[in-house]
Amino acid sequence: MANGIEAVATAETFPHRTWRLPSAVAGLLRFCRRKPLGALGGLCVLAMLVMAAGADVIAHYAYDQSIPGARMQPPSSRFWMGTDNLSRDMWSRVVYGARISVTVGFATIVLGTLVAAAVGISSAYVGGTYDIVVQRIVDAWMSFPYLVIILSLMAVLGPGLLNLILALSLLIAAGGARVIRGAALSVMQNPYLEAARAMGSGHLRIVLRYVLPNVMATIMILATIGLGGVILAESSLSFLGFGVPPPYPSWGAMLSGSGRSYMYRAPWMAIWPGLAISLAVFGFNMLGDALRDGAGPAAAGR
Amino acid sequence: MKNYLLKRLLVAIPSLVIASVIVFTLPRLLPGDAVQLMVEEKAYGKDIDDLRAKLGLDKPIYVQYFSWLGNIARGNLGESLWTKRAVSEELARRLPVTLVLGIISITFAILIAIPIGVLAAVRADTLRDYAARSVAILGLSVPGFWLATLVIILPAMWWGWTPHLSFTEFTQDPVRHVVQFLLPGAILGIASAAAIMRLTRAMLLEVLRQDYVRTAWAKGLDERFVVFKHSLKNAIIPVVTILGIQLAQIFSGTVIIESIFGLPGMGRFLFDAILQRDYPVIQGINLLVVSVIVCMNLLVDMLYAVLDPRIRYS
Repeated sequence: MANGIEAVATAETFPHRTWRLPSAVAGLLRFCRRKPLGALGGLCVLAMLVMAAGADVIAHYAYDQSIPGARMQPPSSRFWMGTDNLSRDMWSRVVYGARISVTVGFATIVLGTLVAAAVGISSAYVGGTYDIVVQRIVDAWMSFPYLVIILSLMAVLGPGLLNLILALSLLIAAGGARVIRGAALSVMQNPYLEAARAMGSGHLRIVLRYVLPNVMATIMILATIGLGGVILAESSLSFLGFGVPPPYPSWGAMLSGSGRSYMYRAPWMAIWPGLAISLAVFGFNMLGDALRDGAGPAAAGR
Repeated sequence: MKNYLLKRLLVAIPSLVIASVIVFTLPRLLPGDAVQLMVEEKAYGKDIDDLRAKLGLDKPIYVQYFSWLGNIARGNLGESLWTKRAVSEELARRLPVTLVLGIISITFAILIAIPIGVLAAVRADTLRDYAARSVAILGLSVPGFWLATLVIILPAMWWGWTPHLSFTEFTQDPVRHVVQFLLPGAILGIASAAAIMRLTRAMLLEVLRQDYVRTAWAKGLDERFVVFKHSLKNAIIPVVTILGIQLAQIFSGTVIIESIFGLPGMGRFLFDAILQRDYPVIQGINLLVVSVIVCMNLLVDMLYAVLDPRIRYS
């Protein structure tokens, strides 16, 4: 992405030079043409990232600032999304809410995917009893409905941002480990792996140099698709009151709690946060789908 | 096939055992001061030793596990710390509500997903296909609790109508009893419908590329005949296998949806138990749900073998 932006800047500096599209930009354009829905998803994701990164500039007010005399105002030119029952600007809260979703989403995915990759690849590489035991544990773990196990975990761990991320990454790790194991198993069928072994490469070198790079595509796609799911799960938990504690605005929490009884009179309080969740998850799902289709069935892992 | 079923059963048992260990471990992860807090805040026991005994935390860990398993085998899931009633009794009262809700939502999901999935596959890469796929992804993206909120708030605002949020027993008013499940059931089913539709489309597309389908076309068979008689039958088999996963998904949804719509089912019971830190109940629900799902998966796999006689599992 950074390459693309630089390249465009160069092209504008020398407008008369005949030039070819730099490969990053060309690739991006090709992706947009072939996968318009995926590009649309990418746009939603980009909008969310911009909101999260630039919340201090984009939001008009602080997320917890009560504006005197502006209780439950409908959307207007001053309050784009109206105000809530505590006289806070909804637009500002939705913008800051993107931060929570992005923070929880990315932290969970990074942690969960690391664990999934470690478990999945080791399970495929070591095989034998270890593989069977690990797979049975993954099976058992995945038999639990996700909210049941996460809520039970949160009941033990207690609420809080870190515990939320820990609980959600465990969830991601189990499903991911199975898919990554499958991908690693198919990579290990390749002759180049045998060649590496014949050349005397150690286990660690084989895993890091040959197996890991070849399952990387699967891992990246899994992470993109998983992000949508994590954001949805985070919002569900926040809705139930097990997410990030107030007053920090999480989209899920904005739809729950004391505000619910005011929503009949101020429906904008119910509409915008839900729309934000839906668009964010939609964006990641669309993007992930397009990436998976583009990468072919081998990378899809199923 | 007998071999396959036996093998599948042998895989299910360890899953169930491991799951029971997970359920068993949960309250044992509680830090000691949390137990102390439960005594002080909720008065769940006379003192900390009394509560530890009630939670079964007072003996060596392997003794605890086996005596716990033994109790379960006798149908004794302990008693709720909050209501002081037997957990098994409480569960039996709430299970039917969740079962009805689950059956309605999975039926709803199948009824809308398969026709749309077939249409999207038969008209692949047309506008209709794109529309169906986008709507499906949207269905996977929209949180159920938001839909439920909108369904309650918007009609109230526009027409002054709200769905009934208090539970009606079957004996009070049979019609209203059934009707009150329809809306939450439909909302619960949307995400599953999206998943089933996507899989139906993908599987049917695969089948439609097969030689025998081309032969069917070449014979000059009617499109309806080719799609439904020749293709769908084979495409639908993998779809059956994800129903178990979908049921787990739906149960997750009931935790939220039952609370919003005021249905006294297991999902809401679990949520209340978690708020009350009522560990025997949390354990009981976890164990029941996971057993049902493992058995459903087993059943689905057996169905798979029956549906597809070509499969000879070695």
